[in-house]
Amino acid sequence: MTLVDEIRKVAKQYPESKSAILPALRLAQQQYGRLSREALEQVGEALDLTPAYCMSVASFYDMLHLEPVGTHAVEVCTNVCCGLVNAQAVLEAFELELGVAPGETTGDGEITLRAVECLGGCSTPTIVAVDHRYRQSVTPDDVPAIVRELRSGG
Amino acid sequence: MLVLAGAEEQPLRDLDSYRAVGGYVQLERARAQEPQQVIAELIESNLRGRGGAFFPTGRKASFIPTPDKVAKPVYITVNADESEPGTFKDREIMLRVPHRLIEGCLIAAHAIQSRFVFIYIRGEYSTEYDVLKAALDEARAAGLLGDVTMVIHRGAGAYICGEETALLSSLEGERGQPRSKPPFPAIEGLYAAPTLINNVETITTIPKVLELGPAEYAKTGAPPDSTGTRLFCLSGNVARPGVYELPHGVTTRHLIEEVGGGVPDGRSLKAVMMGGSSFPVMTPDDLDTKLDANSLSQKGYFIGSGVVCVLDDRTCMVQFALRVGQFYMHESCGKCTPCRVGTRWLVQMLRAVENGTASESDLDLALDVCDRIIGKCLCVLGDSDAMIVASCVTKFRDEFRAHLEHGGCPFGHDSSLDRLFAPSDQHDLAPVAHEVRV
Repeated sequence: MTLVDEIRKVAKQYPESKSAILPALRLAQQQYGRLSREALEQVGEALDLTPAYCMSVASFYDMLHLEPVGTHAVEVCTNVCCGLVNAQAVLEAFELELGVAPGETTGDGEITLRAVECLGGCSTPTIVAVDHRYRQSVTPDDVPAIVRELRSGG
Repeated sequence: MLVLAGAEEQPLRDLDSYRAVGGYVQLERARAQEPQQVIAELIESNLRGRGGAFFPTGRKASFIPTPDKVAKPVYITVNADESEPGTFKDREIMLRVPHRLIEGCLIAAHAIQSRFVFIYIRGEYSTEYDVLKAALDEARAAGLLGDVTMVIHRGAGAYICGEETALLSSLEGERGQPRSKPPFPAIEGLYAAPTLINNVETITTIPKVLELGPAEYAKTGAPPDSTGTRLFCLSGNVARPGVYELPHGVTTRHLIEEVGGGVPDGRSLKAVMMGGSSFPVMTPDDLDTKLDANSLSQKGYFIGSGVVCVLDDRTCMVQFALRVGQFYMHESCGKCTPCRVGTRWLVQMLRAVENGTASESDLDLALDVCDRIIGKCLCVLGDSDAMIVASCVTKFRDEFRAHLEHGGCPFGHDSSLDRLFAPSDQHDLAPVAHEVRV
């Protein structure tokens, strides 16, 4: 099934097809790696919206990326609940291991490191979302193994 | 335990295990009743919203016009966009009792005679989505949905979409910006049709309200106003953090010390982020306050979404206020000027205090900015920032002043929040994506 067909199928769930823009952008991002001009045009075509409108919506949401991002995402919660029990050390361990600052992608385009707001896992700090799956109670000692796992195509 | 009943040891993820604890029996019972009767039971139980506003659930449902009074379909939207810092209870519900949430939705759909339910789940919740989706598919295959269409709609990372009108904007396919109220969603909500919006915990409580009977439920917790249980989200500097379902009316001290094992490492409790990051912080002298809406409000606190995040004496309160302020600045949707500009000013002022470059009058200026945000926007995002920041400045003024006298943070680098990086800072680092201009 083409991306346009897939989006149109999702849109059938909703009384108005415009409601499908978030699932559509998610699907397009999965396929293109990010919301490139081409990706936005596909979403627009499927939902009968302009690419500019799709871009205006996409730019509102943190999980949607207009700019290039890595194949893998490492997202460290740095809100206060994790911060109280040393999320900063976890983030810094990732910075050291990956050689990038938060918000940046490794030179080989593999891994993007981000600090993110509360992920809702405050009883098992520090929460790190690795490719959008939560790792709980992460400590700086766990960081090298997580990076190794991603580097080996995990 | 009511909401998590039966899931103490093992999650009740599949239909059979949920049926084994009486699952979907109340749905059958409710469907045999007149819709008005179900609403009457909810009103009698005095169940109130668990998302933060604590509005009576039955009354809210009663605002929805009946089908003979309105030409449009009516909708139910479940707010599963749990993003308030320190809140992690709805996630627990979706992972442990997904079918109870679905049963609650179907009972509510019968009560307001709706055939469309949308569950708006925050985008980051991947496993929770999978579990809920599997439960929904199972319920659908078992014919439990009847003529109700239920859609799980995934957000994409925006705290503001937990605000009910922003949630509706987002669900309609727009940027998630709040709208003015009135009209309230019960009259003009999704697609400008009457819409009932409830939090996950509220909806999931409904089957248990019917099971106990409204009169019996109304006696639990701290009646008459704070009936039933609450999923408290205990976190921070506490020995045993977690989600604890307890009746309304236990004391804050009991939750932290008895249930949570107290503050570890021989430290002492300095403050509690109470209700969520949107409300005034609690000081140790108020620890005996009962966790119910009335007891808390008498002391100027809010029960919010059940957050109890413990801050020990290593916490610099300026850093705390700054980090919370950075959160609100990052999440402000930008629609209303007092919030868009005010949240940024507060961050700038708090940073100057932390660096010791502010003056005493800046503390009053910060409080003045807070005053100029509160009540002046379409939604309460800016108010939330103003309330918690103002409470920190007021209650810990000596500590703020010490920063000014010391010419910087008196904790040196010993505060537990030292060097805490905020996501808003990486926007400055992000490259401008020139090639994607459409």
